[in-house]
Amino acid sequence: MAIRKYIVGSFDDEAALFPAVKKVRKSGYKIHDVYTPFPIHGLDTAMGLRDTSLHTAGFIYAITGTATALGFISWALAYDWPLNFGGKPYFSLPAWIPITFELTVLFSSVGMVLTFCYLCQLAPFVKKEHFNFRSTDDIFLMALACTDKTNEAETISFLQSLGAKDVKVDQREDRWWLGRYDKESEVFEKKPEGAVV
Amino acid sequence: MTIREHFEIPKRYNLWSFGLMAVGIISIILLYVTHGASNDEHERARFWSSLLQNSVFFLLVVNAAMFFISATILAWAGWTMSFRRVAEAIASAVPVIGVICGAILLAIVFGGDHAIYHWTDEKRLDEILEHKSPFLNKTFFTVWTILTITLWSLLGRKIRSLSLSTDKGKMSVEEGKQYQWTNTVWSALFLFVFALTVMSTVPWLWLMSIDAHWFSTMYSWYTFASTFVSGMALIALFVIYLKNKGYLEYTNEEHLHDLGKFMFAFSVFWCYLWFSQYMLIWYSNQPEETKYFEPRVEGPYRGIFFLNIIINFIAPLLLLMKRGAKRNYTTVTILAVMIIFGHWLDFFQMVQPANSGDHVPMMLYDIGVGLGFVGLILFIVGRTLAKHPVVPKNHPFFKESVIHHT
Repeated sequence: MAIRKYIVGSFDDEAALFPAVKKVRKSGYKIHDVYTPFPIHGLDTAMGLRDTSLHTAGFIYAITGTATALGFISWALAYDWPLNFGGKPYFSLPAWIPITFELTVLFSSVGMVLTFCYLCQLAPFVKKEHFNFRSTDDIFLMALACTDKTNEAETISFLQSLGAKDVKVDQREDRWWLGRYDKESEVFEKKPEGAVV
Repeated sequence: MTIREHFEIPKRYNLWSFGLMAVGIISIILLYVTHGASNDEHERARFWSSLLQNSVFFLLVVNAAMFFISATILAWAGWTMSFRRVAEAIASAVPVIGVICGAILLAIVFGGDHAIYHWTDEKRLDEILEHKSPFLNKTFFTVWTILTITLWSLLGRKIRSLSLSTDKGKMSVEEGKQYQWTNTVWSALFLFVFALTVMSTVPWLWLMSIDAHWFSTMYSWYTFASTFVSGMALIALFVIYLKNKGYLEYTNEEHLHDLGKFMFAFSVFWCYLWFSQYMLIWYSNQPEETKYFEPRVEGPYRGIFFLNIIINFIAPLLLLMKRGAKRNYTTVTILAVMIIFGHWLDFFQMVQPANSGDHVPMMLYDIGVGLGFVGLILFIVGRTLAKHPVVPKNHPFFKESVIHHT
């Protein structure tokens, strides 16, 4: 878990953010991430993010649910403990379809929610450092990851020329921590000297 | 970008439409010679049930295009604008096929034969049919059929003429609002008529009354889902055809994606209704209800019955599930053809078993008649598209369709 350096530009308008994202990518900078108060349609394409695989995971959970339901019901009702319901055959598939459908939906929805939380590192009391809490309210942040070769002054002026209202060099720890934002400030205090908070 | 506004009908297109219509006419003549001219009532019913199945199916499919337009107008949807004229052109086949279908239906009711609609025989009415007779009688059937087809045609024509009125020139914002309001009112009227006809009474009268003693509350919804998904497939096919010919510049895979979603979603919806109808009857196991499924599940139609689920539900579900498949012109074309054929087959097994429950009649005749109707639809859609610009470029929502992405 290393402390990394980022150049963070804040925009006050999504109309300015879009062309800025395109130009930054065109100039060869690597965008670490963009933080916005609300989902912006088409931003993922502009940033060049690949399509999520969440739906593939969902499909796998769904067929697991189908197989579980059909497997269990047919084992229980046709093999382990056959019961006669209203003269129907032991293996009566139509009666099982509703349960199979429901288990399919249940497995895929619960599985996808958990997978989504895992991918986004979301769980109760799991906290990550923010560049700026205002990105959950009214400003749009673009963070560029710095390397040893990054010319900070040049990058800052480039972002400013693209319409960023405020650009600063920030340091951030990658790891998450357990606690609450209002009571725990452990991570914030560990910052090396010279870091801008 | 310049728009190629005027569709010129290619020679091959005309050749195909006339060729298919010729196939249809030859099939009808052959079917008439082999069955229709027979002395046996059930042999004659074979001829009429083929005409009934095909004309009702294709009438409801082309009418589904107008339902799609009205529903999207009512939702204030803009994404359809770049290809809406295609759906309108398909819906313009409603009056012609409606007249054909109405003539066939009335010929069956008043023709003197009772093999298809046995409730028309007043001498053989039993207690159940007596109870149904306030609804299921010749007068109501005639009045309602004529009224239905007339209202579909007139309201469809009105919505089409509203769309054509945008060709006069650009609208101001106020005019645009007024225009959208007029559209909303007329499409709401159409949907009201649609709900009273396709979604309830018309499938009862035209199709369910073939098995007059049997009933299912799911039947109309089931028929609607069947024809709507075929209608969406038909729109997708025409859009892809025009796109291949270099028209519809502003329609791209984003619009195809949404058409694909409709095909996918309504295939699932169709199966949901199909299963709801089947399972309750299977579960309660009442003889008067299971009688409908006897020739279909246990009898000679078993193969068609299960093939139906595979090509109308399982195949679209698995093959259209991926995002890439819905945006791919080839996959959508193949699946659209398959879906239309599958639902045609669905109508085949809805209509035929009542008359010939002991064997599956030779399907080639029915396919031939169906191809004739396809040729007729090709002919009418081609003419209508060629008459007016294929893109309503002055519509207030047009830009929304151009920048649409999913």
